[in-house]
Amino acid sequence: MSNAFIAFQKNDETRSIVEAIIADNPNAIVNEQPGMVKVDVPGRLTIKRQTVSDLMGRDFDLQELQIHLITISGHLDETDDEFTLSWNS
Amino acid sequence: MDMKANKKLGLKERYALMTRDLEWDTTYEPMDKVFPCTSYEGIKIHDWDKWQDPFRLTMDAYWKYQAEKERKLYAIIDAFNQNNGHLGVTDARYLNAVKLFIGAVPHLEYMAFRGFSHLGRQMVGAGPRVACLMQAIDELRHYQTQIHSISNYNKYYNGMHDFANQMSRVWYLSVTKSFFDDAYTSGPFEFMVAIGFSFEYVLTNLLFVPFISGAAYNGDMAAMTFGFSAQSDEARHMTLGLECIKFMLEQDPDNLPIVQRWMDKWMHRGARILGVIGMMMDYMLPKRVMSWQEAWEAYYEQNGSALFNDLARYGIRPPKVGQLAAFEKEHISHQLWAGFYQYGALTSFHTWIPSDEEMDWLSSKYPNTFDKYYRPRWEYWKEEAKQGRRFYNKTLPMLCQTCQIPLLFTEPDDPTQISYRDTEYKGEHYHFCSDGCKEIFEHEPEKYIQSWLPAHQIVQGNSFNPGTDPTAPDFDVVGAVFQHYNMQHGRDNLDFDGSEDQKNFAAWRAAATKN
Repeated sequence: MSNAFIAFQKNDETRSIVEAIIADNPNAIVNEQPGMVKVDVPGRLTIKRQTVSDLMGRDFDLQELQIHLITISGHLDETDDEFTLSWNS
Repeated sequence: MDMKANKKLGLKERYALMTRDLEWDTTYEPMDKVFPCTSYEGIKIHDWDKWQDPFRLTMDAYWKYQAEKERKLYAIIDAFNQNNGHLGVTDARYLNAVKLFIGAVPHLEYMAFRGFSHLGRQMVGAGPRVACLMQAIDELRHYQTQIHSISNYNKYYNGMHDFANQMSRVWYLSVTKSFFDDAYTSGPFEFMVAIGFSFEYVLTNLLFVPFISGAAYNGDMAAMTFGFSAQSDEARHMTLGLECIKFMLEQDPDNLPIVQRWMDKWMHRGARILGVIGMMMDYMLPKRVMSWQEAWEAYYEQNGSALFNDLARYGIRPPKVGQLAAFEKEHISHQLWAGFYQYGALTSFHTWIPSDEEMDWLSSKYPNTFDKYYRPRWEYWKEEAKQGRRFYNKTLPMLCQTCQIPLLFTEPDDPTQISYRDTEYKGEHYHFCSDGCKEIFEHEPEKYIQSWLPAHQIVQGNSFNPGTDPTAPDFDVVGAVFQHYNMQHGRDNLDFDGSEDQKNFAAWRAAATKN
C-alpha cells in the first residue's frame, strides 16, 4: 500500500500536530530531519481538529496547517473537523 | 453538555458561497469569446462544475494566513541579518549554492506568477480561477522574499550583483529560463501539467525539501526561512496540479493521450533541470543532508510510484523518464559538477575539487560508480592543479536544442560514452542530449528551432558588449563574453581556492570571535 505523507516545519505548534497524528493514526511513521518533520501513514492519514486542540490546549482551526506545511502526498479532503490524505491504490 | 445554535457556516458551505456562488455565465458576449484559450490544445471539458477544490480556502482566509507567514519571515530575516548570521554558515563554499539559487530560481518564480495570472483569467470555472489567482500571488511573494533574503549575502560576497540581467545572457541560466519560457508559451492546460503537476507535485520535493534541510544543516537561516515560507504554499499548489490532472482525465477519454504526452515531456524536462540540485547536494553543500540518489529514490521513485499507481485507473502509465533516471541517478551529479568545474571561468560562482573526506563520502554513497568512473578524474585534476595547471575548458560546448544543457550526459548503457542524438529538420541539423529531448523536438519542431542557444549566440556575435571587435587578432572570446555577462574575471569566477570570498570569510569569521 502506498504511503500518504505530510511534512511540517519543526516548531512548538507542529509538535502538538504531530502528536495528534500519532494518536489518531496507529501506523504513523515519524521521520525527524533538520528543521522539519515528516509523517508517513500507509494508505490514509487523518488529522483531527479535536485531537490537535486537546493537545495544544487551545481551539485549533485546521486551516492553520497552512502556516506550517512543507509538503503532502495523497488526495486531500478537508472539512472543519478533519484533514485527510489518501491513496486509492 | 449545553447545546448552542451553530450560526457559523461549515467550511464547504462557506467556500461554496464565497467562491462558486459568485460565478456567472456571461450573456452579452458568448462564453467561448470571453474564455478563448481553453479549447485550442484539444482538451475537452464538458462540465467545469465537476472541478474539485480540496483546500477550500477563501480569499479572506488566504490573506490572513499569508500575512502571518510574511510577518514571521521578515522577523527572522531581520534577526539573522542583525546578528551577522552570514558568518555562521558551515563554510564559505556553501555560498556558491546560494549564488546558483539567486541566479536561477527567482526568475522562475516570477514566470510562474505570470503563468498563473494568465490561468487565473483564462480558466473557465471559478474554482480553478481562484486557486490560480492565489498561486500567482504566492509566486510573486516567493520571487520577492528570495531576493530580500539573499540580498544580505550580496553585501558581503561576490557573484550575486546582477542576477536579473544575467538570466537573459548566461549560458547555464538559459537552461532554467528556457524551461519556463517553454511552459509559459504553451496553452493553459499544458502549463498546468508542466508547472502545476510535474514541477510542483512531483519534482518540487526534490528542490525544496533537500534544499531547505541543506540550508538548515549548513547554518543558512535566511535560505531556510524563505524556503520554509515558500514551501508552506506548495502543498496548495501541488493539490491544484493533481486536481487538474484528475479533472482532465475524468472529463473526456480523448484527453488521456494528450495528458500522457505532456507528462512524458515535462517530467523529462523537469528531471533534466533538477540534476543541478543533485550536484548541489552531492558537491556544493559542505555538510551533506542526503545523496541525490537517496533523494531521487525517496521523492521520485517511492512517492512517484504511489501517485502513478493511483493514476493508473485513468489509463496513465509512469512517465518515460523513469527508466533513464534509474540509470542517471548514480551519475548525473558527478557529470554536472565535472562540467561546471571545467567551465569555471565562465560562471558567477566558484568551483572546486572535493576534499579527500568528501570523496570518501561520495564513494560510500555511490559504491557502483564513484570510484570506478569519477574519482580518477578528480584525482587527475587535483594533480594538475597542484602542478599549477588548474584545468579550464575554453571551448564552446555543443548544446541540446531542447533542454540547452551542454552534451555531457553519458549513454544509459555506457558511462564512458557521451550520449548524442541528432535529427534533420527543413535542411538544418539539430543536436540533443537524449532520446527524450529529441522526441520533444520532433513533436514540436517549429517551437524548438527558435531556441536561444548561448553557444550559438556567442558564435553569431550576439553576446559581446557594443564596440567589441571579434575580428581583432588577439580577440579573447571568453573574456568578451564574460564582460557581456557583467561578471568580473578573477573575482566572481575561477576556483574557490584563492578566491576573495574565501579570504574575506576567513578574516571576518576570525574577527567575529576575537578582539
